[in-house]
Amino acid sequence: MGEMQLMRGNEAIAESAIRAGCKNYFAYPITPQAELLQWMAVHMPEVEGGTFLQAESEIGAINMVYGAASAGERTMTSSSSPGISLKQEGISYLAGANLPAVIVNIMRGGPGLGNIQPAQGDYFQATKGGGHGDYHTITLAPSTVPEAAQLTYDAFDLADKYRTPVTVLADGMIGQMMEPVELPERKDREEIPQKPWATTGAQGRKGNVIKSFALGGEDLKAMNLARFERYEEIKKKEVRSEEVNVEGSEVVIAAFGTVARIVKSTIRLAQEDGLKIGLFRPITVWPFPGEQLNELSKRVDTVLTVEMNSGQMVEDVRLSVKSGTETPFYGEVGGVVPTPGGILEEVKQYV
Amino acid sequence: MSDKATSVKKKDMTKVVGKPDSMNDTHFSYCPGCHHGIINRLIGEAIDELGIQEETIGTAPVGCSVFLYKWFDIDVVQPPHGRVSAVATGIKRARPDKTVFAYQGDGDFASIGTNNSVHAANRGENITVFFINNTLYGMTGGEMAPTTLIGQKTTTTPGGRKAKDFGYPIKMSEMLARLDGPTYITRQAVYDVPRIKSAKEAIVKGFRNQIEGKGYSLIEILSACPINWGLDPVEAVERIKDEVEAVYPLGDIIDRG
Repeated sequence: MGEMQLMRGNEAIAESAIRAGCKNYFAYPITPQAELLQWMAVHMPEVEGGTFLQAESEIGAINMVYGAASAGERTMTSSSSPGISLKQEGISYLAGANLPAVIVNIMRGGPGLGNIQPAQGDYFQATKGGGHGDYHTITLAPSTVPEAAQLTYDAFDLADKYRTPVTVLADGMIGQMMEPVELPERKDREEIPQKPWATTGAQGRKGNVIKSFALGGEDLKAMNLARFERYEEIKKKEVRSEEVNVEGSEVVIAAFGTVARIVKSTIRLAQEDGLKIGLFRPITVWPFPGEQLNELSKRVDTVLTVEMNSGQMVEDVRLSVKSGTETPFYGEVGGVVPTPGGILEEVKQYV
Repeated sequence: MSDKATSVKKKDMTKVVGKPDSMNDTHFSYCPGCHHGIINRLIGEAIDELGIQEETIGTAPVGCSVFLYKWFDIDVVQPPHGRVSAVATGIKRARPDKTVFAYQGDGDFASIGTNNSVHAANRGENITVFFINNTLYGMTGGEMAPTTLIGQKTTTTPGGRKAKDFGYPIKMSEMLARLDGPTYITRQAVYDVPRIKSAKEAIVKGFRNQIEGKGYSLIEILSACPINWGLDPVEAVERIKDEVEAVYPLGDIIDRG
């Protein structure tokens, strides 16, 4: 840790990636993540051996990531919702070929072109696989700029540790707003794990092969089962969540990212009205902190899920809580951001 | 391998025939009369001759190309269909000191991957691309490719390709030659000894351009697909000479090395 700086979310994510040892960055312009690309254009060439390449398309960018990851380097792409849809084929291949990479999604309103306002409509896409086939990506959902920087930094370690693509799932609000942030230290080259599986030229060894392909059913089954064994380990070791003001609260709000940050204001407003409410905030939205939420649900009557979509994470909430827990939902869509007061009005129905 | 079945001490021998060292001792699974095996072997010979087995990374996506990792004892990456030039770009940017090649069919390079193919060429990406043109999709069952000739019958143009409905055979090499990015673009064939020799020289040159940092090389190779053409291997060669070369003439298109 070091100096405190006032930074825009997109820029903090970019700089944090460089400090995590990202050497190859490939992306395509899209709002509201353009500042991330622009930061990389300036600063990635300052990295020794660093590559900044504006790709011909989102598909080009994710496949350049696939190539750089195959070659054993820390690599990242970033985009916003429509661009992430285009990358899904490549993300499926990254997962299938067990390649570490970081994908940043600064979500905007959708579906289709939608708009450039903040939204959380890509929760299903990010947490349930997103592309074809049977896979997940570790998905980290920051709710502040400093947390976006830290989770991006951590994403590279998680990707290498488990040989999996990792998604940083933020939204236009986090991407665009400025906050004081203490950036993590620049990693030394030696801190980044060796990758003997990488295709770096078969010097003194047999050729390495990076592929998501296995013609025989049993072979592909074995590849998939091995991946899901790693997922089980991830579920055991890497689940992260935050609980705020939950002790003694009858109503807890489940929210991630920007909404969770707003709920913290709602908690303060509620206190002024003499109401006690809590927040349960998944930080890893995949794996979802289901056990943690289940434990919490034993002590509350109602878990109100608030999202900037029409109800996506609420499905994971309902799968996790103890039987009999009330699980209402409140969503804002279209790039409309819920207000602390608006959420409080909603909560009052259940207190 | 011939050098295994002899009692002469190995050190006394000179290898005059056999598989290149950069290739595994396996049998190709290509169909009878297919030219992929010849092209693969020429690439292996080129890698041996240039002494780059330990620093070469090959990429091959899907269909008849996908088994490259079985034939070669080098590092191999299997990209998504069509994205080969982008994946090769990523590898090369990450490891600029290594030799990276792409091995792509015509559906891959000229249809689903056109965007990535064009832009890698336009950037003058320092890679070597082998573009195998057999005028249809082989592995999936002989469907029309963008390279299919007018009138050619395929499983998706049962009455023959009509320009009115499906456009014209795409000339990727000529298209890309109009760009400022590429260094070397050539079209070759491998149906007889002189052409095999010429194709081999082009392949070596494509690699050498990359090693010398000269930039993007594209070696298009006309290839027979007798099974899907409904011809025997000899007839398939005649078809290349009589019909395919009329649309896709052989020879260097640009050489700015």
